[in-house]
Amino acid sequence: MSKKITFVFFLLLFLGGLIFAEGSSEEQRELVINSNLSDPAPKAAFNALVDGFKAEYPDIEVTLNEFDHEAYKTAIRNFLGSNPPDVALWFAGNRMRFFVEQGLLMDISDLWEEEDFYDSMASTRSAFAVGDEMYGVPWGYYQWGVYYRSDIFDEYGLEVPTNFDELTNVADTLVENGVTPFTIGTKFLWTAAGWFDYLNLRINGYDFHMELTEGKISYLDERLDAVFDVWAEMLNAGYFLENHEAYSWQEAQAPLINGEAAMYLIGNFMIPDMERAGIVDDVDFFQFPIYDQSLPVSEDAPTEAYIVPSGAQNVEEAKLFIAYASRPDVLADFADATGNISPNKYSRKPTDRFILQGFNLLGSADSLAQFYDRDTSPEMAAKGMEGFQEFMVYPEREAEVRARIEEERQRIFF
Amino acid sequence: MSKEYNPQNTTEAPPLTKKIFGMNEYQWMTFRQKMSPLFFLAPALTLFCIFVLFPIFQSIWISFTSWNGFGAMEWVGLKNYQDLFVDPAFYTSLINNALWLVLTLFAPVLGLIIALFLNQQVFGIKIVKSLFFLPFVINLVVIGLIFSWFYNPDLGLLVTIFEVFNVDISPFLTNENTATVRVILASLWPQTAYCMILYLTGLASMNAEVVEAARIDGADKGSMLFRVIIPQLRSATFIATVVTIVGALRSFDLISIMTAGGPFGKTNVLAYFMYQEAIFNFKMGYGASIAVILLLFMLVFISLFLRVIVKGER
Repeated sequence: MSKKITFVFFLLLFLGGLIFAEGSSEEQRELVINSNLSDPAPKAAFNALVDGFKAEYPDIEVTLNEFDHEAYKTAIRNFLGSNPPDVALWFAGNRMRFFVEQGLLMDISDLWEEEDFYDSMASTRSAFAVGDEMYGVPWGYYQWGVYYRSDIFDEYGLEVPTNFDELTNVADTLVENGVTPFTIGTKFLWTAAGWFDYLNLRINGYDFHMELTEGKISYLDERLDAVFDVWAEMLNAGYFLENHEAYSWQEAQAPLINGEAAMYLIGNFMIPDMERAGIVDDVDFFQFPIYDQSLPVSEDAPTEAYIVPSGAQNVEEAKLFIAYASRPDVLADFADATGNISPNKYSRKPTDRFILQGFNLLGSADSLAQFYDRDTSPEMAAKGMEGFQEFMVYPEREAEVRARIEEERQRIFF
Repeated sequence: MSKEYNPQNTTEAPPLTKKIFGMNEYQWMTFRQKMSPLFFLAPALTLFCIFVLFPIFQSIWISFTSWNGFGAMEWVGLKNYQDLFVDPAFYTSLINNALWLVLTLFAPVLGLIIALFLNQQVFGIKIVKSLFFLPFVINLVVIGLIFSWFYNPDLGLLVTIFEVFNVDISPFLTNENTATVRVILASLWPQTAYCMILYLTGLASMNAEVVEAARIDGADKGSMLFRVIIPQLRSATFIATVVTIVGALRSFDLISIMTAGGPFGKTNVLAYFMYQEAIFNFKMGYGASIAVILLLFMLVFISLFLRVIVKGER
């Protein structure tokens, strides 16, 4: 018995040794990349990009670790600290700043300087700046806005609304004809935050919205009253899909596909589903209507990024890779394949009509927000979005919902 | 005869001269005998300590700190618990856990009824039994998905069925206050199957003589069931109840799949609340304090369970 235990003990020691031995590296140029692109199309596109890099730099041995994108969100906290890769894929904005505050990311402003990203990536620059330092380089973003059924609009002789009066007219006509103006599924909360983002960006502007998401402004601030009033009016007028709290964003596509709903405020990622449903020719896109003409226009455009952990072993190679991946042509190919928009302004124009619309929309925007759950702290996002969902079901609870969100803000940011 | 030691002389025991760890050979042997259970237990105990006891104490330790999962841990004493006891989400979860505890106890009752019904020798009964057992074999994630489609207030089967009878079931499907009940109903499906199989094995191993004697003595159906059959199923009832209770306390999968705690946190339970706070809100300390509270609740039931088992073994 004891012999066996000894044997097992040594076996464990041996295995442990193997694992640790793997960690020690030889004197060869290496590069470790952790990726969260687990869906088939983006995964293949990223593999192609990495292959292109290998062909250009055959002396660098590239290790690509691919994670499931949901599991990645928790895994990244472990590997950034304990076993950092040289390059990791992540999100810009607060999600990135959170790790910067922990000292887990490397300042790569020298790379921005060298490659002149300050010029070519100007549109997303603010999403990567923490003070004067730059932490990360964008590889793609996509637009949010209103996707609508052009055939339904034609049927009732409706025009694309550009301001809130027109929007109200369109929605009222649809309601009269038994069509739900907006479909939405808030089961996983964040779709409700899309509405909050846009109403607040349109009514109060980008700077106010950013200060709010950074926790500097109270949710009881009277400037927010207008946001909740407009929202409540729309809710009470029956502009939104009923029972939306029971549906995921995918399930909420069903009414749009069936023609029971006419519009959907969502990101560009819903297009493949419209293609599969065979209605993509009847789907078109418009910018979220303007509320206050005097405000500069801003949009939600969640940005994907490459980051370099502060514990990266092969910093030179990491920068080579990011420089390669940020070239206008490489970035354009990659963006095409992933359904994103290239953040490099020297990339060729996209050919897909939705992506081209997004390219023009974001190119002309004054400023870009990342999306509520990427602009504010993770905890604030969870509590805030829960409140938005409750408000969308029970607009009459506005006061208590806002009071509760404000209570959370006090606790989280102070 | 010389008093000198003679190896050929087998009637005389050899002198106990060999010393091991300061013990003579006889003492060493009894020592080994006494210690052998410990050696046999050692692997299991080691694993138990590393993977069960250590994490428990570590969780308790973490619950006194403010920690985001990496970076520095800061000792904050009882602050996490103070926050917890004024957090409305905690009380929602607690009430929901209590609801789970009470309502899932229908599983043993339903399981018994189905088992009694299926405990007969007719053609094809094996297939029927397998069908009833099927839900227990299905993964909980799949059950969650099936039920959320079943409950879908737009296209779901339940709405469609009730539409035929012109009954509007949507208040049940969308009301925030019935949300937890909907999830519990989904959990009853596999749990009932599990209890049924426990009762079926109990019925199969029942002492036929006692039943026969009762029949000869002219016991009527009621007393046959409540005084002869059910008392003999005591051990099955016990296991079914305890497993159901523990399962109710740690319910997590179905909530995660069906509601994600929503609408607006109304279906949260302690296990899912802990997961949300620790993993998504980066509050390991707060999450750990929820885990400790959950452990305390579980301990109540586990100690009851252990008491009965230990009594039974004596």
